[in-house]
Order: sequence, then structure tokens, then C-alpha cells
Amino acid sequence: MRRARVAYQGAIHYAIVEEGRLRLPDGRLVGEEEVVWLPPFTPGTAFALGLNYADHAGELAFHPPKEPLVFLKGPNTWVGHRGQTVKPRDVTFMHYECELAVVIGRGGKHISRERAYDHIAGYTVANDYAFRDYLENFYRPNLRVKNRDASTPIGPCLVDKDDIPDAMNLSLRTYVNGELRQEGCTRDMIFDIPFLIAHISQWLTLRPGDVILTGTPRGATPVSVGDEVVTEIDGIGRLVNFVAADG
Amino acid sequence: MTRAWLRRNGWAWNEEVEVIPGTTELMWQGRRIPAFELPLTAPVSGTVYGVALNDAEALARLDAVFHGPPYNRPPQAPVLYIKPANTVIGPDAPIPVPDGVEQLTVAPALGAVFGRTAARVDEQEALAYVLGYTIVLDVSVPRQDWYRPAVAEQARDGFCPIGPWIVESTAVANPNQLRVEVFVDGERRLAHSTASAVRTLPRLISEVTSFMTLYPGDVLLAGVPADAPLVRAGQRVRAAIEGVGVLENPLVAESQAAAHYTAADARPPVFDLPPDGRWLP
Repeated sequence: MRRARVAYQGAIHYAIVEEGRLRLPDGRLVGEEEVVWLPPFTPGTAFALGLNYADHAGELAFHPPKEPLVFLKGPNTWVGHRGQTVKPRDVTFMHYECELAVVIGRGGKHISRERAYDHIAGYTVANDYAFRDYLENFYRPNLRVKNRDASTPIGPCLVDKDDIPDAMNLSLRTYVNGELRQEGCTRDMIFDIPFLIAHISQWLTLRPGDVILTGTPRGATPVSVGDEVVTEIDGIGRLVNFVAADG
Repeated sequence: MTRAWLRRNGWAWNEEVEVIPGTTELMWQGRRIPAFELPLTAPVSGTVYGVALNDAEALARLDAVFHGPPYNRPPQAPVLYIKPANTVIGPDAPIPVPDGVEQLTVAPALGAVFGRTAARVDEQEALAYVLGYTIVLDVSVPRQDWYRPAVAEQARDGFCPIGPWIVESTAVANPNQLRVEVFVDGERRLAHSTASAVRTLPRLISEVTSFMTLYPGDVLLAGVPADAPLVRAGQRVRAAIEGVGVLENPLVAESQAAAHYTAADARPPVFDLPPDGRWLP
């Protein structure tokens, strides 16, 4: 099932996607263009991965990491499908990053690789924009690069885990104004989903609603104000974002 | 009398009390009682943001290091990190010392608790967004490396005791001029002042909110001192901040820490779907 969270007629609703339309809990069926799309759930702690695809690590002139490069994101950063992300005036290198987001459904600590999928509620698409002009070599990638307001589009829907037989074999693509700019496959992750869940939960207790953004493949390029950026993952969804001017 | 907000252990909401300055007593439901009679939990539910290297002395000591690789130059913007929800515990709750880890650093910090949504705030206006102040113990597995985010070191369960309460901001005349002390098993191990900050709290709020909104209930740490004490399981740490209060927590080996919890996690669950992903309309 594909679950959305939308604003419609002055209220916030959970909705289920049915043949391109949205079924509200009270039974009303509304069009996708009639609603404001919100992040499909309220993320708890957000873990993001840097350099988790060998091709992207190579593109940034890094050796593949020996252990996952994990950083955290705050609740200010989310924005729903068809939302806007601001490009600051002084930024040249605003890069999209199409990522598979893994949503935790059942909490736990010291989760084994073998049981990792039992702890997943579902998946969605995230566009983990980076504003690389602000990179500094302290806690890199720093929050100014990765945790700006409304700079992480997520959605459109949360797709149930059971609807995705193999999350480690999904194609990812990013289009800017319709032009294909980024392409990859989740099978090329350096650290796969079970590894990441096991790795993070050896440090701390994962909780329902926590989310892991699993990294992006090669093909990051700068975007401009006015661009339509579509990040898409097969079977999960097609997430649209618009790059907006500051102020 | 100073207005403050505290959260009783096991409760999910804050109540207003009056604390009696210069004492560890408070007026609660019309009675004057010693604070320790009231089991408390962390009085905040928002996101907790820390700031590394905001101490002038710490930065000066590392200056040569920061001019070499991999840093190449000292930090220009505030060096921020997140203490996620799993780290937050209340007064007297045990700080778990992870298996295989000998010592932890416990860094005291003044926590500014936001009362209004703060986005793109001017330095001159910044303190008007602060509801009040609390004490935060920023616990970490020791690490002398700032290149990559220190999630494995800083984000372990129970690594962010907060409390004992939030004192109203008006009770603190100048947050940039407060005495901070840490005692371990009764012995003073750190004496510090918030005056040594590279960026004052208003400056910090202004720079942080230039790109990141802080919401009501969020906490921004004003910085941590250079020489945070090292502690081990079996010890008790007590942080005192002038005009704010005293926060005390024991350190307990992780394998034994669970047994010390007497109440359920008071933080409301953030997830709005049941664990199996099904709707409960």
C-alpha cells in the first residue's frame, strides 16, 4: 500500500493512493493535484549516509569508506512532494541527491543483519540536497550543508515494505527539467540496508519513525532557481521538487 | 522566586513551579519542598543541538592542528551536531557506559530552550526567543577528531541528561556570564564560565537560525568547555550552573543500566503509524 499525508480543504489527512487518486480516511476520493503533499510520516531521528555508493565516492575523489559515514538531520529539513527548496543567493553548488529512505517500523537495539528487514515499516524517496559551497572540514558534511530548512524533499508516499520484494535492486534516477542527470541502482550501495540497520543499532536504540537515507549514486550536478527536480526510484515513487529563489 | 517548568518522572507534560534562588528548594503545589523529593525527567521534547569548538581556549589550543590536514583552516561557521531523541534522559537517570568503553567525557552546557519559532533572527532580538535555560550534560565517548560527524560517540542511548528544570529566561541576567561547575563523586573537577564562548548565545542563535529554524521546545547548547571531565561507571556526576540549578546523574555499566529505570519513557512517540504500518484511523 502507498500511504500519503496531505493537506486538503483545511485539514491534514492520511490518505491511500488508489489508481492515481487519494482515498481519505472518511472515504472521499480526491485528485493528486487537489492536495498539498506533506512528508508521508513524521520522521523521528534521521540518519543519513555519505559516500555509500562507490561510484559517487569516486566522483568526489574519495576512497570508499571502510565504515559507514553517518550523519544526522533535524526536523526542520523535511519538505513534501511538489514543495520548494530555496537556493541561497551565495550558493553555486546546490546538488540533488536521490536516495532510498528506509523507515523503521519496529524499534530495537543490537538488531542483527538477519532480522533487519523485520524492523522496516516501508520505503520512500528522499532528495538529500547538499549545498556544497558551505562544506567545512568539521563534522563534514556539516549541518549548514545538509540540514537547511525545507532542503530534504521526502515522499510522495510511504510504500509498505511487503510491496517491495527486493529493496537492494531498485533503479534510482534524477531528472532536472526532464533531462536525465543521475542514474544508479541500490545494489551498488557499499553498505546495504541490513548492514546499516545492524551498524546503527549497535550504537543506539532505533525507534519507530526513525529513517535512514541510504546515500546517493554518481551524477550529482548543480541546479538553478526555477528548476524542476524529479528524484525517482522504481516501485517507490517519483518525488518532485522546485528550486526557489531566496527571499 | 524564579518561575520554572519541570516534568515529573513518568509524566508527559511540564508544570510551572517556583524555585527558590540560592537553594535547592522549590514551591510545588503550594508546598515548599527540597527538589530531590520530586522525581523528575527531562523537561524538553524538542530537538537538541550542540555546538563544538565554541570555547575560545579549546580553539586556541587546537589552532595549529586546525591549520593542517584534514582541516586546513579553523572552523568558520558554528560546528553543530544533533543529540537525537534516544540520548535524552532526565535528572538522576543512569548514563549507560557502553560495553567495551572505559571512560566517557561529560561536558556541561547551558541549554537555551526556545519558546518561539526562531528563523533568521537578529542577534539583538535573539534572547527574546528563549523561553528559559536548563542544564545539559553532553556525554560522549572520548574522541580527538572533528573531521567526520561523531554520531557513534555522541548519540548513544542516554548520552544527554537534561534538567532539572527550565528556569525562566528573565531569571538569568546574562547567559554569557555564568559560572559552570562539574563535580564527580563530590569532588570539583571543572570550573568554567560561559564567558569563554567564541560566539555569545545571541550570536549563535542568529547564525544558526540563518539556515535552520529552531522550534518551541528545541534546545541549543551554548557550547562546551575544553576540559570536560572523564568519568567511568560507578561514579556520579553533578553539573551546576549559576542561576539555573543542579543536574546530577550516575554512570552505570550499560548491561546494568536498564534495571535502574523505574518509569516508562516519558517522551511521546513521534511516529504516527503503528509499528506494523497499518492504519488505526
